[in-house]
Amino acid sequence: MSAQLTRRAFLAIGASAAGGLLLRGSAFAADRPRDAAEASAQLGVLVRIEPDGTIVIGSRQPEMGQGVKTSLPMLVAEELDADWSRVRIEELPLGLVAIAEEPGVTWKYGPQGAGGSTSIPEGWGDLRPVGAEARRLLVLAAAAEWNAEAATLTTFAGTVKHPDGRTLTYAELAPKAAKIVPPKDPAPLKDPAQYRLIGTPQRVVDAREIVTGRAQYGLDVFPEGALVAVVARCPYFDGAIESWDASEAKKIPGVRDVVVLPGPKPGEPYAQNLATGLAVIADDTWSAIRGRNALKVSWTKGPWADETSAKLDAQAAGLLRGKGKVVRRDGDLAGAKAKAARTVEATYRVPFVAHATMEPQNAYAKVEADHVTVVGSMQMPSGASRVANAITGVHRLKIDVRAARLGGGFGRRLTNDFVAEAVLIAKATGKAIKLVWTREDDMRHDFYRPFGVHAMTATLDGDGKVTGWAQRLASAAKYYRRADVAPGDEWQSEIYPDDFPAQCVANLEYEWLDVKSGIARGSWRAPAHTANAFANESFIDEIAHATKQDAVALRLAMYGAPRELAYTNHGGPVFDTGRMANVLQVAADRIGWGRKVARGRGIGIAAHFTFGGYAAHAMEVSVAKGGEYRIERCVCAVDVGRVVNPLGVEAQMMGGTIDGISTAEGLEITIRDGRVVEGNFNDYPLLRSARAPDVEVHVVKSDKAPSGAGEMGIPTAAPALCNAIFAATGVRIRSLPIRDQLKAASRA
Amino acid sequence: MAVRFTLNGKATSFDGDADMPLLWYLRDHARLTGTKFGCGIAACGACTVHVDGAAQRSCVTPLRAIEGRAVRTIEGLADGDRLHAVQQAWIEEDVAQCGYCQAGQIMAAVDLLAKTPDPSDEQVASLTNLCRCGTYPRIRKAIKRAAAALKEES
Ligand code: FES
Ligand code: FES
Repeated sequence: MSAQLTRRAFLAIGASAAGGLLLRGSAFAADRPRDAAEASAQLGVLVRIEPDGTIVIGSRQPEMGQGVKTSLPMLVAEELDADWSRVRIEELPLGLVAIAEEPGVTWKYGPQGAGGSTSIPEGWGDLRPVGAEARRLLVLAAAAEWNAEAATLTTFAGTVKHPDGRTLTYAELAPKAAKIVPPKDPAPLKDPAQYRLIGTPQRVVDAREIVTGRAQYGLDVFPEGALVAVVARCPYFDGAIESWDASEAKKIPGVRDVVVLPGPKPGEPYAQNLATGLAVIADDTWSAIRGRNALKVSWTKGPWADETSAKLDAQAAGLLRGKGKVVRRDGDLAGAKAKAARTVEATYRVPFVAHATMEPQNAYAKVEADHVTVVGSMQMPSGASRVANAITGVHRLKIDVRAARLGGGFGRRLTNDFVAEAVLIAKATGKAIKLVWTREDDMRHDFYRPFGVHAMTATLDGDGKVTGWAQRLASAAKYYRRADVAPGDEWQSEIYPDDFPAQCVANLEYEWLDVKSGIARGSWRAPAHTANAFANESFIDEIAHATKQDAVALRLAMYGAPRELAYTNHGGPVFDTGRMANVLQVAADRIGWGRKVARGRGIGIAAHFTFGGYAAHAMEVSVAKGGEYRIERCVCAVDVGRVVNPLGVEAQMMGGTIDGISTAEGLEITIRDGRVVEGNFNDYPLLRSARAPDVEVHVVKSDKAPSGAGEMGIPTAAPALCNAIFAATGVRIRSLPIRDQLKAASRA
Repeated sequence: MAVRFTLNGKATSFDGDADMPLLWYLRDHARLTGTKFGCGIAACGACTVHVDGAAQRSCVTPLRAIEGRAVRTIEGLADGDRLHAVQQAWIEEDVAQCGYCQAGQIMAAVDLLAKTPDPSDEQVASLTNLCRCGTYPRIRKAIKRAAAALKEES
């Protein structure tokens, strides 16, 4: 990715139908420009300036609440010096163009796919030049018009100004700019000191559509002539259909058909859908649901029929008694142990959790002889295109994919299993299919955040300095049944070897042990960081208490002098201990770290580096006699580099924090008899408003290149909360979720 | 027998399955998709509409239960181009993230403010609608802002 960012943006300039200026672009096809006619026929529109003053900016990334439909166009508009209040944002469908090299297609609008907090860093590299080029052409057009030196002209809010005070609007200039041959060198980017838009708070661009109910989500797509499909999926991991009878289902008015949906073979990679089942096809959703209820199916339980959550706990405990794979070894841990004045040990458990996007999974698919249409809520439209191609054989350039607005993503929609289902059913029935998942379908057929048990050891010298550190993690890896992961590499999704405290503690080992489970696993917002930050940041708090050190001072001592450490995992290339220390300090200052609090109250803190962003939480809780607790204050400090949209970053931190608290307090997916127990929000109790604190977000000013902001708000919420609970009560939460553990402790 | 009711002010009738939840009628038949499906068991509030002015979860409201009654959905909340004060407050406080829950949140908030024009912090936080994106703090601010705006209007 980073190599591509340095390529020069490739832009084709042309005129719109109304005579305006068009910038079509493929920032990533820079190294293979073709002739203008071909380029303009093939490339997609990123900027359009019409003679009537309309400025349209294309938004290429799926919008799932992370705010990219606002923040990415801001990058273009800034360099263009457009009047933001007059910019219209147009969602771009998946854009692919043919190339000779493998895999035969490449991006038309630049990368399209939302995950890993990468949209902003990528857009920072390739979208600003698009705006800059458009601005340069408009200035050149004005210079020609006035017979002036381009260098003497300035731009502001959609106009070009002459030093003598004359102005021309972009609208007036657009038709002329469309005819200018752009200079060969890239248009210069603004000096950040000149920014007028980047760094200013901007509201969500389609707020009006949302509050009036007009915003269209995947589940809202229901073209005339389409039929609804609801699927009865095998609830057992790798189970199968033993027998079925659809005669009652077919009697339900509106039910048209029932078809068998094949599933993956046990153990083979999840390339398409997750589970076998029976699809009920009907005129509308209600008939399809009734039809499914009327099906008689018996399932064979498959190879995991004995699996339960308790057995997984036992398996992890057993594994931790043995040896695993050491994935990082620095210094001499055994030596540190031998010399230690003090050793601290603790074990933490993190459960499976579901994504539970507010909008359940869905997809619309239509399969014709040489054309496929897919519309739905997906984070990876290109993956949808690949899966549709694999199922139908239709060339990828003849597969139209459009990501509607997503009712949440959190990583669930990185996989396209639901798209595969819709395409399989559409192909089997020859009908246009709107696939609908109910909440129970969604809760029981997810790619869950992995379960893991972390056994931690620290050695300290006589001065309380941490001299040795071991994290031994037994987990059911996210990398499971993935065609793109080599056997033996599964640990890579569980431990990021450059994560703190690597390089900050001289003698250190990270070790991974493989918990076997039949449940599907996947990326859940800030993947392994949510688990590892909980273990690390709880453990540092335990070390501080055990050795009577201040928990902030101990962390600062571990970070050491401000410096950049190499970080080769996602979010690198460096981990800056100074930036880490700074957010910790900001959070500590804002909460009033070190002040005396009333009895029954406690303050906890935690900090972590996630995908290029630095975040810390500090919370104050009060605990009543019976164990009932409340978050009295919640502070979040974050450094995500230069901030594009402060309102958006604040929203992400607030939302991430509440997601983290919600998950820590009450959420767990459990397994019984090789299937998921929880099914809906009655037994998977997301946090409601009454228990969700206000979040005081402090964004550190920075001129470093921006990271994303979608995932940084989560990892430290759980440990800060549990550390606060310990400070208030002396009860250490080592297993999530918290649920009734405090109440139980108060009875004991 | 057909079920008759008014929908966003218009007389409407439906002669299909009277057991169909209002939610699916609205989404699949009236093609008003602003009302969202989140759980189907009255646990999330994404499907909240007004029946005779009061908030109701349409996923557990069979059509037969609205015979003769007036249903209002998010699409019928604004007065033409003029947004309801609650919708306006939602925009001003920049509440929405994914936005999926927000139609239901807004319908619930309108109901809350109709019953409690001057809500306490606790009453504002008493809405039980789920938001997976965690927009609760801004939702609470928006309700307060809307309450102030409505007071001014009246
Ligand atoms: S869909 Fe009706 S309450 Fe959730
Ligand atoms: S804004 Fe996404 S669920 Fe509320």
